[in-house]
Amino acid sequence: MSKNTFTKGVKRQKLWDLPDNEVTPETVFKERRSIVKALGLGALGASIPGYVQAGLFDLFGEETPKNVFQSSELAFQRNSNFQLSQALTPEDKVTRHNNFYEFGTSKQDPFENAQSFQTEPWSLTIEGLVDKPIKLDYDALYKRFALEERTYRLRCVEAWSMVIPWVGFSLASLLKEAGVKSSATHVAFETLFDPDQMPGQKSRLMGGGIHYPYVEGLTIAEAMNPLSFMAVGLYGKTLPPQNGAPIRLVVPWKYGFKSIKSIVKIRVMDKQPPTSWNQLAPHEYGFYANVNPQVDHPRWSQASERSIGEGGLFSAKRIPTEMFNGYGDYVADLYKNLDLRKFY
Amino acid sequence: MRLTPRGVWWFKVLMHLMFLTPIAFLAAKVLTDNAGGDPVQYIIHYTGMGALNALVVTLVISPLAKRLKLGFLMQTRRMIGLYVFVYASLHIFAFVSLDLLFAWGFLLEEVVKRPYILVGALTYIILLLLAVTSFNRLKKKMGRSWQKLHNWVYLAALLAPIHFYWSVKSEIIEPSIYILICCGLLYLRKAKFLKQH
Repeated sequence: MSKNTFTKGVKRQKLWDLPDNEVTPETVFKERRSIVKALGLGALGASIPGYVQAGLFDLFGEETPKNVFQSSELAFQRNSNFQLSQALTPEDKVTRHNNFYEFGTSKQDPFENAQSFQTEPWSLTIEGLVDKPIKLDYDALYKRFALEERTYRLRCVEAWSMVIPWVGFSLASLLKEAGVKSSATHVAFETLFDPDQMPGQKSRLMGGGIHYPYVEGLTIAEAMNPLSFMAVGLYGKTLPPQNGAPIRLVVPWKYGFKSIKSIVKIRVMDKQPPTSWNQLAPHEYGFYANVNPQVDHPRWSQASERSIGEGGLFSAKRIPTEMFNGYGDYVADLYKNLDLRKFY
Repeated sequence: MRLTPRGVWWFKVLMHLMFLTPIAFLAAKVLTDNAGGDPVQYIIHYTGMGALNALVVTLVISPLAKRLKLGFLMQTRRMIGLYVFVYASLHIFAFVSLDLLFAWGFLLEEVVKRPYILVGALTYIILLLLAVTSFNRLKKKMGRSWQKLHNWVYLAALLAPIHFYWSVKSEIIEPSIYILICCGLLYLRKAKFLKQH
């Protein structure tokens, strides 16, 4: 298969084909793997039962899962309006450092526990205050709307950040097709509830005390904002489960927990829906959760963030956090009459 | 049970191995790029858990030695106590160097503003004082005040799991278990606390 495909006479250049220095070369990545193998750590780790691994010192942790989820290539256009000059976070970091408590609370858990997650068949319904409820099956997620690629910054409420090339379509195009009724004020989102596949939903210890299914919400104005994006892929391929396969929300001016994963239901409503983190700790996580360096989390500062980029341990960067994560031009107007200290 | 001096020596070697291997594994994981997408957070959490676990072990030693009449265990207590300090030092060094990148002003701001970091900092000050006064010669010199100072480990045993509890976003079960364990270990010493008043 050729690297560059031709679509409508335009040479589709993939982002990661461009500056070599911005991505971990696959050879280096594989070399690292072989060092682990040479040390025999993999075999050692595999020979020890899970309860010991999770034991006193987290001695071994789990090595790479045996069956890695197979992502497939997507066809899309690059949207030049939503690109960034910042270097991308390498793909292996985007897919191995995740908050997805349905698969465990530590950052490595989703990668380790989600690989056999079934995304097909899937059903996403858009219902509530709409003219025409929609039901999208697995294939429709990729076919109903023209896919585009956008590179967004992602800022976690824990004060780390990434730069990720998503593939998907705007939330507005989906809502427009359903036809939002004039009485609507909010949109609610819901993650799949399937404790058999999502161990965090089965065990409180693994799931971090969240009431599942995970729910999120936006105002209609936020949902219709051109930034709000339904992602079905990253780095040109379908989403891996740990990143929210098969379809997730991406709202880059808000803290990452707003960008709900593995969505099965979108409900248009006339009141503000409950949201999971707000339910769990209302004084720490508000409904809006806009990235705001001036309003600290009660337990840590939001003024700066550690940018997760290429390179190893000593290449970490701490950068100042920008208001609305740098997307103020798009969204600041939405909040001009809102006290963001009160409505954090 | 009694151990010969040689037996005690071997037991100490075993303890050293027990506390050094996790550090070797951490180094291997980080060097082979197996510490997740953000090794910084991984290292900070790992070393913090190491310190907390070692602290629990030091507090288990004297009740265990008394009840099971394993006197030789007492001879390893200082050593393990120093490992608490080693892990806590790695934990703080990783935070200051890899996370804050030596932005000292920011560190001060964080310590003052964030209760869990303040609690962690207090715990570390206690551990530091205990570590620097752990030498035999100093112990003799300090006389009775040495024991008084070293009783502060009980405060550290309360603060450390609280620091853990406060630092997590929502996964409070594990830190709660640690708080319970530490309270239990302090409860075993209730006679000692009552006597002092």
